[in-house]
Amino acid sequence: MGRRRDDRGQLTRRELVKYGAYGAAGMLFCADEASAQTAAPAQAPPKPKAKSVIQIWMWGGPCHIDTFDPKPKSGAAYSGPYVTPASTNVDGMQVCQMLPLLAKQADKYSLIRSMTHGDYGHETAAYVVQTGHTGGDGQVYPGLGSIVSLIKGYNGGYKGLIPPYVVLTQLQGRFSESGFLGNRASPFATGGDPNGGRFVVEGITTDGITELRQRNRRDLLQRLNSLEHAMKGDSAMLALGKCETNSYDLMLGDAGKVFDLSQEKDAVREGYGRNTFGQSCLAARRLVEQGVPYVTINYPGWDTHKEHFQAMQNLLPQLDKGLSTLLIELSERGLLDTTIVWCSGEFGRTPLVAMEEPWNGGRHHWGPVFANLIAGGGFKGGHVLGATGPRGEEVTDRPVHPSDLIHSVFTLMGIDPDATLPHPQGLSLPAAPPRPKNIQTAGPIVELI
Amino acid sequence: MFIATNGGQSRIKPSVVTDEALRKPYETEERITSKTQIDFLVLKKLRQLGIEPSRICSDEVFVRRAYLDVTGTLPTIVESREFPEERSPNKRRELIENLLESEAFSNYWSLHFCDLLRVKAEYPVDLWPNATQAYERWIRTAIRANMPYDQFARQLLTSSGSNFRTPQVNFYRAIPGRNPIDIAKTVALIFMGTRAEKWPSALLQRMSTFFSQVGYKSTMEWKEEIVLRDPTKLAPRDQTCLFPDGKAITLPPEQDPRTIFADWLVSPHNPWFARAAVNRIWYWLLGRGIVNEPDDIRPDNPASNPELLSYLEREFVSSRFDLKHIFRLILQSTTYQLASIPRSIDPKAAANFASYPIRRLEAEVLLDAINDITGTNEVYVSYTPEPYTWVPTDQRTVQLADGSITSAFLEMFGRPSRDSSLSIERTNEVSTDQRLHLLNSSHINGKILYGPGLNALTPSGKKPENIITDIYLRILSRTPTEDEMKIGLEYSSPKNSDPKSAAMDIAWALINSAEFLYRH
Repeated sequence: MGRRRDDRGQLTRRELVKYGAYGAAGMLFCADEASAQTAAPAQAPPKPKAKSVIQIWMWGGPCHIDTFDPKPKSGAAYSGPYVTPASTNVDGMQVCQMLPLLAKQADKYSLIRSMTHGDYGHETAAYVVQTGHTGGDGQVYPGLGSIVSLIKGYNGGYKGLIPPYVVLTQLQGRFSESGFLGNRASPFATGGDPNGGRFVVEGITTDGITELRQRNRRDLLQRLNSLEHAMKGDSAMLALGKCETNSYDLMLGDAGKVFDLSQEKDAVREGYGRNTFGQSCLAARRLVEQGVPYVTINYPGWDTHKEHFQAMQNLLPQLDKGLSTLLIELSERGLLDTTIVWCSGEFGRTPLVAMEEPWNGGRHHWGPVFANLIAGGGFKGGHVLGATGPRGEEVTDRPVHPSDLIHSVFTLMGIDPDATLPHPQGLSLPAAPPRPKNIQTAGPIVELI
Repeated sequence: MFIATNGGQSRIKPSVVTDEALRKPYETEERITSKTQIDFLVLKKLRQLGIEPSRICSDEVFVRRAYLDVTGTLPTIVESREFPEERSPNKRRELIENLLESEAFSNYWSLHFCDLLRVKAEYPVDLWPNATQAYERWIRTAIRANMPYDQFARQLLTSSGSNFRTPQVNFYRAIPGRNPIDIAKTVALIFMGTRAEKWPSALLQRMSTFFSQVGYKSTMEWKEEIVLRDPTKLAPRDQTCLFPDGKAITLPPEQDPRTIFADWLVSPHNPWFARAAVNRIWYWLLGRGIVNEPDDIRPDNPASNPELLSYLEREFVSSRFDLKHIFRLILQSTTYQLASIPRSIDPKAAANFASYPIRRLEAEVLLDAINDITGTNEVYVSYTPEPYTWVPTDQRTVQLADGSITSAFLEMFGRPSRDSSLSIERTNEVSTDQRLHLLNSSHINGKILYGPGLNALTPSGKKPENIITDIYLRILSRTPTEDEMKIGLEYSSPKNSDPKSAAMDIAWALINSAEFLYRH
C-alpha cells in the first residue's frame, strides 16, 4: 500500500524546522516588490490544444538551488558542491550542473523560479501546490489531476478503458487527491514497479495465473454467481456486471498492454534510465499516447534533511535522464504540443546548508521559494520566469503562486475556470482556485503561453 | 476512478421476474406480520400503497446479515452450519442479543461514529496521531458501555481540557474553521441531522453565539492542545442567542454557553435530537433513512413514514436515549428480516422498506472479511504526521483510529474522507478498479492462494464435496445448492484440474460473487 518511504528523520524535526525557519522566511511580499514585471499585453486567448498532463511530483520538496535555480556565487555554504552550473542550449539559461542532459533540451521547457506559498508542512504545502487553495474555509478542494480527469475524462469525450487519472505507482497518501469530489475522481494507482522484470499493475497485469485458468475462473464465477442471477436486472447488479466486463477487457484485451513496457526497444528503455522513475516516465509517455488525460508520477525521496548532497548524487542523474528523454520522445512523437509536463515538489529547501549534527549537510523545508519546470501543451520553452535573491532565499521578481499556474493549465486545456464542480452539499464552487489573500502574486503565467 | 453506477438503491426493472427456484437459498415462505410496532407501521404504509413486501429471509441469510450488520464480521463455519439447524423459536432474537453484547459490536459501530465525528490524524484538520488514538478510544469505550446518547452528546459539546487527557474535546478540534459558525453547522449536522447552511443566516449567526467562547491553547507538551471556555471572546452586548427553534436567550455571564445549548439539545422535548439519532440508526441498518438523506432533515424533505419515525423517537426518549434499544427494536422487526429479492416493482417500494436493500460491504468490513477467510492481515504504518503510527498486525481494519492512514484498498473501496460528517462521504459504489483488484490483483490472489485460511480448508485427501461445502460456509455462510455443488464438483474433477487449484478457484469465484460483496 502507498506508504511514505522517506520520512524517517528525528521525531521533532518537522516542528523544529517549522518554528526555526519562520523568522527568517519573509513569507509575505510587499505589493511594490511583487509587481516587478507586468503581464504580457492583452491578446486573443490561444486556442487550447493541451490534451494531457504529466505531473512529476517530487515528493518531499526538491531544493530549488540544486535543480532549476542554481546560485553559484553564493558559495559552498549555500550551494554545496554545485557551484558550476550547466549552461543550456538557450542563451543565458542555466540549470544545476547535475542536469547536463536536461541542459541540452532547455528549448523545450521553461523554468519558474519564483514559485511561492509560504507553507512549510508537507501535507499542507502539497495541498496548496496541487489545489491552488490555501485552506481554512472548511472545504477540501480536489487537486488539479482530479479536476482535469473529471472534465477531460469520460465527461469530456475520453473513451479509453484505462482510467483517466493514473498514478505511477503509489497514491500520495494523507493528501486526498480528489477532495470533495470523492472517489469518482480519485486516481488509479498502478502499484508494482515499472523497472521490475515485469510491470505488474495491480488488477490489470495477471501474475501467476495462466490465461486459460483466468478464463476458466471467469466462466466459473458466472455460473456460481447465484445472487446476481436471482436479482437479475437490478441496477446494482447491472453496474457490477458492467465493471466486470470492463475488467476482463483490460485484463485479457489489448488496452492493458499499455503497461507492458517490454514492447519497447531496450535502447528506449535504457534511454529513460533503468530505475523506477525513468521507467515511470516511459509508462507515462505510453499512457498519454493512448489519450489518458492525467498521469502523475509520484517520485519520492526529496525530503533530504540529512546528508542532502549524497541523496542528490543519486536522484539528480535519474531525474536528468528520465525527464530529458521524456521531453525528447514526446517532442519526436508530436505529443509535446498536446502534453503539459509539470515538474514540482511541495516546497523548496533551506538555502543555507545545515552542516551541523545530526543533519551533516542537510536541507530543511522552505516555503517562500521553490522552482518548477513546465513544458508542452502550449507552454513556451526556453524561458525563465521570475527570480530569487542572490542566495535563493526570497522571490525578487514575478512571484507565482500555485493558483496562478493552475489557472494557466486550465487555459491551455480549455477548462473554464468558472466551471462548477459537483459538490456533495450542492455548493456552487468554481473549478479554479481564487487568488491567494495573503500573498501578492503577479497572476497567471501568461508570459509562458 | 471509473464508476459505472449511481450505486444507490436497488431497482428492479418491471420486465424482470425472478424465478422461484433462484430465490430459494435466500428467502422463506413466511410473510411479514405485524409482530412488532415497527412491522405494524411499515406494513400499514405498504398496504396503503399496494406494495407487496418481500418474504422473510432464510436463516442462512439472516445469520450472515446479523453478523455483518451488528458486528461487521462474518459468522464462522460452525455458526453458519448450526444456526439453520437450531430449533429454538427465539433463535434469531437470541443471536441478536449475543451480537449486541459482543466486543465486535462496539468495534464496528465506533467506526461509524468515528466517521461522523471526523476522527483522523491530519488534513484538513490536524487532530494529530496521539489525540486521534485517544478520541477513538473514548468513542469506542462509550459505545461499549452503551453510554446514553444524551450524555455522549453532552460530553462532546461541553468538555474542556487536554486533547490527550479529555479526548472528547477533540470534537471542537475536528472542525476546520474553528469559528463559531462552522462549529454551529457541525453541531447541527451531527446532532440534529440538518444542514444549517440552509437556515436563515441570522438564525445560524445567533445560534453560533453559543460557541463563540470556545478557545484553544497549546501547552509545553508536543501536539497537546487545550480546549476551554474563553469568556473574553464575547462582548457582553452580543450575548443574545437563538436556539435553532427560534427561541431567544440572553447568556448568563457565569455559565459556559455551550452547556446552555447542550441542555436545550438533549431535552426530551427537543424534536431534533432524538429524530436525528434514530433516523441515522435506521439508515445505517436499512441503507436508507426514514428521512433521506439522514443528515438532511428539514420541513420540505418529509419522512417516508412519519408514524414510524415518531414511534422510534418516543422509544429513544423513553429509554433514556439508549442506542442499543433502538438497534434491538429494528433488528428484531420482521421488516429488518425481509429478504433482499423484491416482490414489487413499485418505485416507492425502496423508500417504504418493502425489502432489505443490498449494499456493497464497506471498504473496512470487506477487507476484514477477506482477511478472516484467508487467515491474513494488513500492515498499516504511517510516518507522517509524527509521531509515527504502527498498527499491530492483528488489529482489524474496522478498528483503525486514524481514518486518513494511507491504504490504496480503502481509498478504492470508498472509505470516507472524514472531512464533512456527511453520510454520503462513504461510497459503496462499484467501480472497475475495485473489480480489477478483487478479480486479479496480487494482493487478493496472494491471500487466497497462499494465506493459511483457505489452505486449511482444502487439505489433500479431503473429499471434494466437503471442501466445497466448507468453502461455501466460510465465504457465503451457507451450504451450496445442489446445482452449485454439481458445478463445483465438475470443476474439481481430476480431468479438469488439480484438486487444490480447483478448490482455490471456487473460493476465488465466491469471493468475487455478488453474494459475498453485498449485504443482502
